[in-house]
Amino acid sequence: MRDRIDRIAEPWGDRTPYGPGQPWPVRQDTHLTGTGVDRWVPAASLLHSNGDAMDVAVRDGRIVGVRGRADDRVNRGRLGPKDLFGWQANHAADRLTTPLVRRGGRLEESDWDTAMGLVVDRTEQLLDAHGPGSIGFYTSGQLFLEEYYTLAVIARAGIGTNHLDGNTRLCTATAAEALKETFGCDGQPASYTDVDHCDTLALYGHNMAETQPVLWMRVLDRLAGPEPPRLLCVDPRPTPVAARAEVHLAPRTGTNVALLNALLHELVRTDRIDHAYVDAHTVGYEELAAGVATCTPEWAARICDVPAREIRRAAELLGGARKLLSTVLQGVYQSHQATAAAVQVNNIQLVRGMLGRPGCGVLQMNGQPTAENTRECGADGDLPGFRNWENAAHVAELAELWNVEPERIPHHGPPTPAMQIFRYAEQGSVKLLWISGTNPAVSLPELARIREILRAEGLFTVVQDLYPTETALLADVVLPAATWGEKTGTFTNADRTVHLCEQAVQPPGQARSDLAILLDYALRMDFRDRDGAPLIGWHDAPGAFAAWQRCSAGRPCDYTGLSYALLRERGGVQWPCDAEHPDGTERLYTDGISWAAPDTCETYGRDLVTGAAVSETEYRALNPDGRAVLKAAEHLPLHEDVSPEYPLQLTTGRTLYHFHTRTKTGRTPQLAAAAPEMWVEIGAGEAHRRGLGEGDLVEVATARGAVRARLRVTALRDGLLFLPFHYGYWDTPGRTGPGPDGGRAANETTPTDWDPVSKQPLYKTAAARLTRLAPADGTPAPAPTTGAAAPADPAAAPPTTGGPDAFADQRPARQEAASVPASPPAPPAPEATP
Amino acid sequence: MNPVEAVLRTLHEGELALHDDLLAAAEEHAAEHEFHHVATDTARWSAEHARLIAATAADRGLHLPAAPDSPALTRLRRKAARDLAPRPDGLPDLLETLAALHLAAVRNSLHWEMLAQAAQAGRDGELLALASRCHPQTLRQMRWTNTLTKTLAPQLLTAS
Repeated sequence: MRDRIDRIAEPWGDRTPYGPGQPWPVRQDTHLTGTGVDRWVPAASLLHSNGDAMDVAVRDGRIVGVRGRADDRVNRGRLGPKDLFGWQANHAADRLTTPLVRRGGRLEESDWDTAMGLVVDRTEQLLDAHGPGSIGFYTSGQLFLEEYYTLAVIARAGIGTNHLDGNTRLCTATAAEALKETFGCDGQPASYTDVDHCDTLALYGHNMAETQPVLWMRVLDRLAGPEPPRLLCVDPRPTPVAARAEVHLAPRTGTNVALLNALLHELVRTDRIDHAYVDAHTVGYEELAAGVATCTPEWAARICDVPAREIRRAAELLGGARKLLSTVLQGVYQSHQATAAAVQVNNIQLVRGMLGRPGCGVLQMNGQPTAENTRECGADGDLPGFRNWENAAHVAELAELWNVEPERIPHHGPPTPAMQIFRYAEQGSVKLLWISGTNPAVSLPELARIREILRAEGLFTVVQDLYPTETALLADVVLPAATWGEKTGTFTNADRTVHLCEQAVQPPGQARSDLAILLDYALRMDFRDRDGAPLIGWHDAPGAFAAWQRCSAGRPCDYTGLSYALLRERGGVQWPCDAEHPDGTERLYTDGISWAAPDTCETYGRDLVTGAAVSETEYRALNPDGRAVLKAAEHLPLHEDVSPEYPLQLTTGRTLYHFHTRTKTGRTPQLAAAAPEMWVEIGAGEAHRRGLGEGDLVEVATARGAVRARLRVTALRDGLLFLPFHYGYWDTPGRTGPGPDGGRAANETTPTDWDPVSKQPLYKTAAARLTRLAPADGTPAPAPTTGAAAPADPAAAPPTTGGPDAFADQRPARQEAASVPASPPAPPAPEATP
Repeated sequence: MNPVEAVLRTLHEGELALHDDLLAAAEEHAAEHEFHHVATDTARWSAEHARLIAATAADRGLHLPAAPDSPALTRLRRKAARDLAPRPDGLPDLLETLAALHLAAVRNSLHWEMLAQAAQAGRDGELLALASRCHPQTLRQMRWTNTLTKTLAPQLLTAS
C-alpha cells in the first residue's frame, strides 16, 4: 500500500483484500493541512449516507483536517474524497454570519431579535387567521437527530400542522415506504457487515462506487480477496459497479418493475423458492406467483430493451446464491413505480429466504447522511418512533409523552409529503414555509415552477442555511446556521449505526446551530403543554437526545441503551440499543418478522399502483400474525415516454465528487475542480448516429425547460441522456436561476410527478430532445473520468486528477497488514449481539 | 336481451364512461400532479374492462359498440354523475370531481357484484372469470378516490 496518493484521481485508494467471514482490514485515511494538531474531535461524515466515522483535527480554533476512525465498524478508518476535503467548505468566504431580512425587495443584514420577531409575528398572525394548515416546514437530510426531534415536536404538537417533511422525500422516502410495505415498519434489515459474508451482491439502481465510496471500498476489497462475491448490477449507466459485475442489465429507465417481475418469474419457474421460509414468515406468496406468471424474460425484454438471456442469467445468479445481499438506491427510488419496484427487491429476498443471517439481507439505502433520523424522529411524513398515524394508541403514546391532548397532534390524515406542501403553497393555502438546510430552488423538479412558488407574494419563506443558496436568495428571512464541526449531535447512517458528532470549533459570526434556532423559536412562541409547562422542556443537544430516547423506547428504533458517553467510547452503534441489546443490533429479523403485527406496525400499507390506503380491517384480515407481506405489482407504462418531438429518454443523477446541490462540495477546491461544470452524457452509438462528439455544446430540452452544457460521450445505453443534478446558479450571474447562457440545473427539465405510494419525485424518467448549439472546440466535457462519466474513448479527455493538494495518507493497521490476505479464514468479527 | 346481457351492457357503458371521466378529470386537474397521473393510470383499467366485457358479450352474440358516445353525451353523463354527488356551494372542484369519480366506480362495482352473483347462480365460469379479473380493480379505483378525498379535504376545506 502506498503511503500517499491523489484521492481525486484514485477515489477508492489502495486495496486491503479479505475473504468471506473475515473482518474487514483497517486502512486509515488522513488529510491534514499545515503542521500540528491541538486536538482530535469525533465526528462522522455528512456528505453521503454511509456514516463514516472520523476525527476532526483542530489547530488554533480552526479545522485543519480529518482522519478516519480505525476502530469504527462502518469504515474501519477509510474516508471518501468528499470527507477528506469537504470540511474546507466550513471556511468558505461567503458563509452566512448574520440574519437577513427582506426590505423593499432586498435582503438586508439584520439581527436575531428582529429576524425571529418577524418569523414569530407571521406565525401568530397566520395561526389566528388561517389555522395551523397555513404553516409548513421543509427540512433536510443533513441536520442532527436532536434537531429533527425538536422540530417534529414543534410542528406536530406546538403548531399542530400536518405539513412537515424533509428533503429526504427526494432521497429516502421510497426506502422507508418499501420497508413499511413489506415489513409493516421502517428499519433497515441488513448490515454493512453483510458485505463481509455474502457470496452474491445485487445492486439495483445503486452506483455504490460514487454514492457510498467507502462501502464500495469494502466490496472492492472482497473482490480482491479469496472467494469473491458475484455481482449483479442493474443500472442504465456504465458505472464502476457495472464494470465489476458478472451480469450487468442496463434497462430503459422506468422499467424496473417489469425487469424485477421477470426475475421473480424465473425464480418461481425454476422453483428457487425457500418454501419453508415463505410459509413461516410471509403472506401473499400465491398472489405474487400469480402476478408474475406471465412476466417471462421475453416479455420483459421487450419493455426493458434488455436481452432475455441476460435476464435469465441474472435470475440464475440470484437463484444460485447461498448468501444473497441486495442493495437499492435512486435508480429505483427516483424512477417510475418506485415503491412497487423496491418492494419486488424485498420480495426476491424473502422468497429466497435470504434475511436475518450473515450475508443475507436487503439494504434499502439512503441518499443523505441523516435521512434515517428524519424518518425515525417524525420530521418527514411519519410520526416519531415509526408510530402509525392511523393507530389511536400510537397517537395517545405521543400525547402522553408530550403531555398534550391527542387532538392537538394532527392525525386525521397522513402527514403531508413535500411535493404536496409545495402544491398547497402554489395554491396559496400554505402561507409560511420554513426551509431548513435544503435548497429546493435547485433540488426539486420543474424549477421554473418552484422559483415561481418561492417568489410568490403570498408565501412567507424562512430559510435557515450556511450559505446564500439559490433558495436563501429568494427568502423573506434568512437565518445563518452552524454546521458539522460547529455543533454537537448524533446521526444515524443507512445501516442503523448511530454516531456522535461533536463540536470542534465555534460557528462563524452570529451563526447558531439549527437546534438553538428551533429552541429560540419555541421559547418565543411560548408553546405549552396541557399543564402550562413549556412543551419543549430541553435546552441543549443532550436534553433533546434524552427526550428522543424516551420517545423511542419500546419502538424498533430504540435508543434507550445509548448515550453520548457510550458513543464516545465505542464509536458507531447500531439501533435498536436497549437493556436487552446493550451492544446494539447488527441485523433485524434474525428470528422472524417483528414489527408487522396490526397493533405495532407503522402502516397498514398502500396500493402499490394507486397509493390508496389499505384499511386497518383489511390489514388485520390479511396479516393477523404480523408476517412479511409479499406484495405484487403490475408494470405500468411510463407517464412520459419518448415521442417524435422528444425522442430520447433523460435521466439525472450524481457524481462522486459532489453532494446534493454543491453547497459544500462546490466550495471545496479539490472537489469543485474535479467536476467544475455541468455536462451531458450520451452513449457512443447514439452520438455516432446523431453526428455528435465529445465536447460539443448542446441543449437538452424537455416540455418543462432546457439546459446547456458540453457533451460527454460514454458507454451509456442507446436512447438515453444523463444530466448530473448538482449544478445550480449561486456561482453564476443568474444567482437564483438561468442567466443569459440558459439553464444549468438538471431540474429545469424534470417533470412534476411522484410515486403515489412513497410520494418521492421521479427524476429518472423524462423525454427530451437534444440539439447541438456549437461543435467542439477541442475542450472536452468538464466531466470526471473516474466514474460512470468516463469517456468511451479514454483518449477523449485527460484523466481526472487532483494534483498536490489532493494527496492524502493511507495506512494499513500494523498488525493486520502482515496477515492479509494470506491468513486462514478468521471467525466473523464480533460486531454486535444480533 | 336477457337480464344478464343487460348487466353486461350497463357495465360496458359504465366502464367506458369511467375511462372517459378519469381522462377528462386528469386533463382538467393537470396541476394536481398525483391525481393527474394516477387518474390516467387507472383509466387504463376501465378501458381494459370494457374491452374484456365486449369480447365476452361478442361470444354470446351481443354486440357492444367500442365507443358508443359522442363527446356531448359523455359530458352530459359526467354532469349527471356530478348531480348525484351532494354538492354544497363552494365545494372545491377537485373534491367534487373525486366524489363523482368515486360514485361512478361504486356504480360499476355494484354491477360487477350483480354479474358475479349471476355467474355463480348460473354456473357460468366465463362470466365469473371476467368479474374476478376486473372487479378488484374497480374496488381499487374506489379506494383511491376515497383515500385522496380523505387526504386532500382537510387542507382544501379549512386552510384555503
